[in-house]
Amino acid sequence: MSVDQKTVRRIAHLARIAIKDEQVEPMVGELNGILAWVEQLGEVDTDGVAPMTSVVEAKLPLREDEVTDGGYPKDVVKNAPATEDGFFMVPKVLE
Amino acid sequence: MSTLTDLTIAEMRDGLAAKKFSAKDLAQAHIDAIEGARLLNAFLVETPDKALAMAEESDKHISKGTARPLEGIPLGIKDLFCTRGVQATAGSHILEGFTPTYESTITHNLWHDGAIMMGKTNMDEFAMGSSNETSFFGPVKNPWRRPGSNADLVPGGSSGGSAASVAAKLVPGATGTDTGGSIRQPAAVTGIVGMKPTYGRCSRWGVVAFASSLDQAGPMARTVRDAAIMLNSMAGHDPKDSTSLNVDVPDFEAALTGDVKGLRIGVPKEYRVDGMPEAIEKLWQQGIEWLRAAGAEIVDISLPHTKYALPAYYIVAPAEASSNLARYDGVRYGQREEGQDITDLYEQTRAAGFGHEVQRRVMIGTYVLSAGYYDAYYLKAQKVRTLIKQDFEKAWDKVDAILTPTTPGPAFAIGEKSDDPLEMYLNDIFTVTANMSGLPGISVPAGLSDDGLPLGLQVIGKALDEECVFRVGGVLENAANFSARPDVWWK
Amino acid sequence: MTTKSPEQAKGQKHIQGATGPWEVVIGIEVHAQVNSKAKLFSGASTTFGAEPNENVSLVDAAMPGMLPVINKYCVEQAIRTGLGLNAQINLYSVFDRKNYFYPDLPQGYQISQFLQPIVGEGIVEVDMPDGSVVEVGVERLHLEQDAGKSIHDLHPKMSYVDLNRSGVALMEIVSKPDLRSSEEAGLYVTKLRSILRYLGTCDGNMEQGSMRADVNVSVRRPGEELGTRCEIKNMNSVRFIRAAIEYEARRQVDVIEEGGTIDQETLLFDTVNGVTRSMRSKEEAHDYRYFPDPDLLPLELDKVWVEDIKATLPELPDEKKKRFISDFGLSPYDASVLVADRDRAAYFEDVAGGRDAKMAANWVTSELFGALKKMDVDITDSPVKAEELGKLIDLIKDDTISGKIAKQVFEIMFETGQDPAHIVEERGLKQVTDTGAIEAVVDEIIAANPDKAEEYKQKPKALGWFVGQVMQRTQGKANPKTVNELLKKKLDG
Repeated sequence: MSVDQKTVRRIAHLARIAIKDEQVEPMVGELNGILAWVEQLGEVDTDGVAPMTSVVEAKLPLREDEVTDGGYPKDVVKNAPATEDGFFMVPKVLE
Repeated sequence: MSTLTDLTIAEMRDGLAAKKFSAKDLAQAHIDAIEGARLLNAFLVETPDKALAMAEESDKHISKGTARPLEGIPLGIKDLFCTRGVQATAGSHILEGFTPTYESTITHNLWHDGAIMMGKTNMDEFAMGSSNETSFFGPVKNPWRRPGSNADLVPGGSSGGSAASVAAKLVPGATGTDTGGSIRQPAAVTGIVGMKPTYGRCSRWGVVAFASSLDQAGPMARTVRDAAIMLNSMAGHDPKDSTSLNVDVPDFEAALTGDVKGLRIGVPKEYRVDGMPEAIEKLWQQGIEWLRAAGAEIVDISLPHTKYALPAYYIVAPAEASSNLARYDGVRYGQREEGQDITDLYEQTRAAGFGHEVQRRVMIGTYVLSAGYYDAYYLKAQKVRTLIKQDFEKAWDKVDAILTPTTPGPAFAIGEKSDDPLEMYLNDIFTVTANMSGLPGISVPAGLSDDGLPLGLQVIGKALDEECVFRVGGVLENAANFSARPDVWWK
Repeated sequence: MTTKSPEQAKGQKHIQGATGPWEVVIGIEVHAQVNSKAKLFSGASTTFGAEPNENVSLVDAAMPGMLPVINKYCVEQAIRTGLGLNAQINLYSVFDRKNYFYPDLPQGYQISQFLQPIVGEGIVEVDMPDGSVVEVGVERLHLEQDAGKSIHDLHPKMSYVDLNRSGVALMEIVSKPDLRSSEEAGLYVTKLRSILRYLGTCDGNMEQGSMRADVNVSVRRPGEELGTRCEIKNMNSVRFIRAAIEYEARRQVDVIEEGGTIDQETLLFDTVNGVTRSMRSKEEAHDYRYFPDPDLLPLELDKVWVEDIKATLPELPDEKKKRFISDFGLSPYDASVLVADRDRAAYFEDVAGGRDAKMAANWVTSELFGALKKMDVDITDSPVKAEELGKLIDLIKDDTISGKIAKQVFEIMFETGQDPAHIVEERGLKQVTDTGAIEAVVDEIIAANPDKAEEYKQKPKALGWFVGQVMQRTQGKANPKTVNELLKKKLDG
């Protein structure tokens, strides 16, 4: 499978990375190079093979329902580029 | 006192205990070394004040007789680890200015055991790279150069800064992370020891995530013993990490018995790849002989799906990364570009903040997870991953550890391979199988290439059997007696 | 109550278009916040109304290097809810990342469950006012993180983001598209809410947002394939859900009848104008790129644990309703009103125990519930305790007071919290049952009104006037039954 310019633009938007017009074609080439290379996985017979769900032998640990975190709003917003009254500020979302 | 930087961690530990020098002496010596080696660009930020303050504490402990396992030992910390009050950039512009208000579990463990922070080391951006050339803050130069050449070489990646700093004796040890080989490969091309433990042995809490099911932190040092000493402190169960294994940490240093008699060492034929330099093949044979001479039994094995590990990795890792990196959006931390609306803000911020390699991997990752492609790519790759792991499991019936080269070649020149992503990816060909299977692996400096550059041998072991991996690594280290050191050109 | 054929029953729910009848098909996804102290994957608090970003941990803020750890109690609550919906509990389930960008979603993905949810198919029985029961299928229930909140109207160009709600555990309960009218939809949501409150797994507070619904509406001509559906998001009131469905169904019918087609859209309900509006641009079809969260392992439940939880289930509304009908002889309607809320049902049972259940039901549903509603007081804060209401009923039953006086007494009880016997005593409200005394008054009134007595002989209804007079003279305290009997006897001569 390979990508074209339209796909690259769609993927870039899904990934929220602005891509300039002149960058699209080179990216098409780079991605197709990688995709062509990974095609070789098609040689492997994976019928009846379960996809890996966990690389270690372990069970999902469950924790107790206690409030053990939060309560430091100043730390939470400390590194934010734009805040006001303890809120994060972002340009409006167009609904 | 200038030879303090020549010491290993074990020697420093002994020297401090014997009061031959103080922690402050050690810290100062390394502060000076780091300051004098800025040409290497191994450190993104130096923390001399902090180091001296920590050293003072260490000296108090030592004089009171309450010295902890890493008391007074200066360490470099890869900038992927979140360190309270000290920047964590992950080698990226998008995290410039980010100062964590929290400490990663691993660095917490190290400080808790008395180690000293010398600074944060340079790395490939978001750990994506095998040469430290994708760092926003410039490449790291390998302290090694080809004899008679002034060409700057790469130190490998992504833990290039950590590797270079240890090889150049700016610190006796540094932390790295390994997702496809990012500890072992730079260790091999800088002539030091690098160890990736079993997945889940070290906590990932507070380590900037690249590919969650593959990332694992580990030690980088000049000897196998030093790496074991470091791992003793780094490892341990962390309830804040759901993938952290709830198992005891054995004494890895105690595993260095030097005895491998009767141990079965597997040599997988699939690691013999077309076009592999003869020097690598020779070194591998040499390694086999060393172990045979030490009493180990050599067994030919087959790991049939080996060649598919790298392409499968380049589907799984970017997929996980594309999701892990979605949080870098300019809203809560890091750099931000202004935008007309929120979508514009996201797109401009991420385009300006992420370098090209990161953008490329995020794109691939987004694509292979997208509607219509998930089964053909991501699901397929995870199935292949199961087969790769099964290959190893079958092998453990016949062998206790596996010996392979670490890399397909020595360090290359900066700029030499950065045009073709695939050529760069091939650097991980021997290391990536251990990440895909969650197994522990170590790289030990074993010899020199034809052009006088370090080469490493890799030992892969069973899950949670780092002790065996260290033991075999120690025997190789003894036999190889790799004493070559880079000429100092960077002062 | 006439029995309808299934066809007739269906037909009655159809809406009429210009070209004929239309069937409305509705499916509802309810997001119910789990009643727990801490969040699903972080240890921050879930309390409502905290200062901005107060209940936010580093994990909730998606700081670099943060990792999720699952809350056992949230898992338990999901299992409990699944059992309460008569649903299949899946002992193996997986958490997946649902990837999309939005400022109230700090990680850039929501941890949810996609292909393998914790709970499978179940059923909710909805009691209709005409006594019929509609069985609504539940497709699945899964656990997922709630998002934070964006406030858009505090600033002309910027939105304010508060992550307090980010990471709170949600149970997403997806119904099958079995609903056929706005009425059924409203009652389904009400019933579901009731079940969750019985179980204690969600407080069902729709105003606060702890329970919200996304409503999927489509229309089709009877017998045809399913039409394209539109989704009306984030509804937090049953009244608005019904209004939105009615508007949207009508809108879709109008579009199709005018020759148009329905585009699959996401809508919001404008509560001010009573219309649905498109929420996002049509091309923005989301590709969520679901994949299993590599920071978590699959959730494997111990069968014994599920059994243990099952053993802790309280009697649920349907069972309780059946029991009220059989044990207390209540009508299905009365029973369903009483069991709608667990605390109210318990109150009723306390009152009805050892008493006339029908009378208890009447007093509880009309008098007590009416008073509570008027004063906006919850049953748990009722100034009249069940025991006291029971005593009031006893006073009526043993003729101490009449039903009419009892209503006055009740009002005073509600205001003061005093004991009924005490009130009756203090205010001298005891019913006059002394036949002699009543007879005296009756005689007096008849004697004073001979023309009315004559009128009675022609118009027996004039008895009512005499009754009124006697009651007035006795300040309402005369036993009405005795008054009636005596008057009749005397007037009939």
